[in-house]
Amino acid sequence: MSLAPFEGRTQLLDPGDLPPEAAQGIEGRSPLRLALARLRTDRIAIVAGGLIVLMALLAVLAPIISSVTGHNPYNNNLLTGTTSFGQPLSPGQGGYLLGTDNVGRDILVRIAYGAQISLMVGILATLIATVVGTVIGLVAGYYGGWIDAVLARLMDTVLSFPYVLLAIVLASVFGASLPLTIGVIAFFSWAAIGRIVRGQTLSHREKEYVEAAHAAGAGDLRIMFVDILPNLVAPIIVLGTLLVPTAIVFEATLDFLGVGVGPPTPTWGNMLSDAQNSGFVNWWFWIFPSIALLLTTLGFNLLGDSVRDALDPRTERIFATRRKGAKSGGGAPAGAGAVPAAGEAGS
Amino acid sequence: MSRYLIRRVIQGIFTLWVIVSLVFFLYFIAPHDPARLLAGKTVTPGLVENIRKSLGLNLPIWQQYLNYLGRLIHGNLGLSYFLKQPVTTIIAREVPVDISLAIPAGIIWLALGLSIGILSARRPRSIWDRSATVFVLTGLSTPTFILGLLLLYFFYYILTSHGIAIFPGAGSWTPFQTNPLQWAHDLLLPWLTLALISAATYARLSRSTLLETLGEDYVRTARAKGLSERRVVYRHALRAAMTPITTQFGIDLATVLGGAIITETVFGLPGLGQGVVVAISRQDLPLIQGIVLVAAAFIVVANIVVDALYAVLDPRVRLT
Repeated sequence: MSLAPFEGRTQLLDPGDLPPEAAQGIEGRSPLRLALARLRTDRIAIVAGGLIVLMALLAVLAPIISSVTGHNPYNNNLLTGTTSFGQPLSPGQGGYLLGTDNVGRDILVRIAYGAQISLMVGILATLIATVVGTVIGLVAGYYGGWIDAVLARLMDTVLSFPYVLLAIVLASVFGASLPLTIGVIAFFSWAAIGRIVRGQTLSHREKEYVEAAHAAGAGDLRIMFVDILPNLVAPIIVLGTLLVPTAIVFEATLDFLGVGVGPPTPTWGNMLSDAQNSGFVNWWFWIFPSIALLLTTLGFNLLGDSVRDALDPRTERIFATRRKGAKSGGGAPAGAGAVPAAGEAGS
Repeated sequence: MSRYLIRRVIQGIFTLWVIVSLVFFLYFIAPHDPARLLAGKTVTPGLVENIRKSLGLNLPIWQQYLNYLGRLIHGNLGLSYFLKQPVTTIIAREVPVDISLAIPAGIIWLALGLSIGILSARRPRSIWDRSATVFVLTGLSTPTFILGLLLLYFFYYILTSHGIAIFPGAGSWTPFQTNPLQWAHDLLLPWLTLALISAATYARLSRSTLLETLGEDYVRTARAKGLSERRVVYRHALRAAMTPITTQFGIDLATVLGGAIITETVFGLPGLGQGVVVAISRQDLPLIQGIVLVAAAFIVVANIVVDALYAVLDPRVRLT
């Protein structure tokens, strides 16, 4: 999703480079700059960002982890990966940091490769859903009439689908694969964004600036994408950020049910599905992929909440009081006061 | 009101028709041949042809589709390819499991979610509110199957391996009529799994709507009249906040009624969710169609009921 509409509109110093007083004195900061400045003072956003960066690093470094340990994610290391009785190794044994699974595959290496799939599916599915939802929502809200009637009905229908059920049906019909998984997730997610964008477009359509654009001779496409769209960027970014963890969980669920990216591809869902089939004795089979999945979704959910707070102008009030409190406490820098829990303001 | 309801019912039937047709044609695009699957390992072309004929799969696709819709209108969902039983019989056998799952779990998640939401909305930014936020975010981030596995691991595996066999493992199911106590005992962990995850959504929803209504003028009026805080919160603010919660609850309950696929898979419960997963793995089209239809019908009906309830809960709403 491009943030381009905000760029180049104002030439500003980076507020972070200035003392807080000077930064506050600047007029005309763009909403995005304001939001970024708010995010930077939000400890929870930093933690969330840290979690996401950690997972991204794990994904990027997967081949390196694999070559350093010498363990391939697909290889059954039957000689070194299992005990002489063919039992899996527990964490730390025989150079396997997180242990091995039933067939002697290195769990650490598989988790790292799983991060690639999870992040890729989460981000790609979200991007597709966001673009499709935004375009359809804009078109429905802007044109109104029968176009809106048809598109709104379509969105309602998609939203009332029992989606996990239909996702398994789709996956079983076309055969589980990575592109299909991404497509299925996007297919069931775009309508949520479309509905919000449509609602916002309906109200923006009546505003004076749209009338002015019409009067100036702007075409429909220009009004929709150049005039109205930038005003909707804030809710779209928030919804998009919160859609990523949903998509990641969705993908893991499809894998767990055996209709996602099929085995032997190392995905967290596949690992958990294998773990469930082999019982609970070897706790490391499922505890590590679970932790990876949880930290990732938690990271994106926390970030989504913080982004919403940062983009919502109503939050300024809370941040202002916090800043005041911090100052009376001996001139501590902004943000050092009590950090409001994520999702606290204006949700 | 009645005109509104009639329109909604027609829309609901339209949605069901779209879903049913979608699944029907999907399976025709699919490169699978149920006749071949049914024929088993020792296949002769003649055998496959016979099976195809007996299932009506040799007819042109539009004729199969019309036959199917015709049977559907008469409430006939067909015969399961594999189990050789009427689909309606199989569904009638599986639905009680989902009712047993949905209703108690729904009560738990609604009670838990609402209490947490009210508590944190009444004292925003207190320690309660902070803890509630942690609960909400953890709940929203936890995939259902991970919570299910965790509960099974700690309450079943760890306890049982230490000689404390309180909770049953996966695959335990006793019908309510057989033994209500055993029924509750077997379903406790599945209920908790469903309830803890959903309670997070309800806590967040009730907190934000309650905070919003608590700032409304009529709440200030109620306080100015000298009503007790209790009465203000529960009678005035909460009533208005109930509208979005009712919507969510109706749809969530209907989704579980139509098959809690993940929970049933983790705990090995013989409900619609597990039924459809098995049916899909066997390409058992009539059974898949039947379960998808029932699941979608639950959601469609819930949507209509919820909208009608709006008018009851909120006198400002007029259905036209």
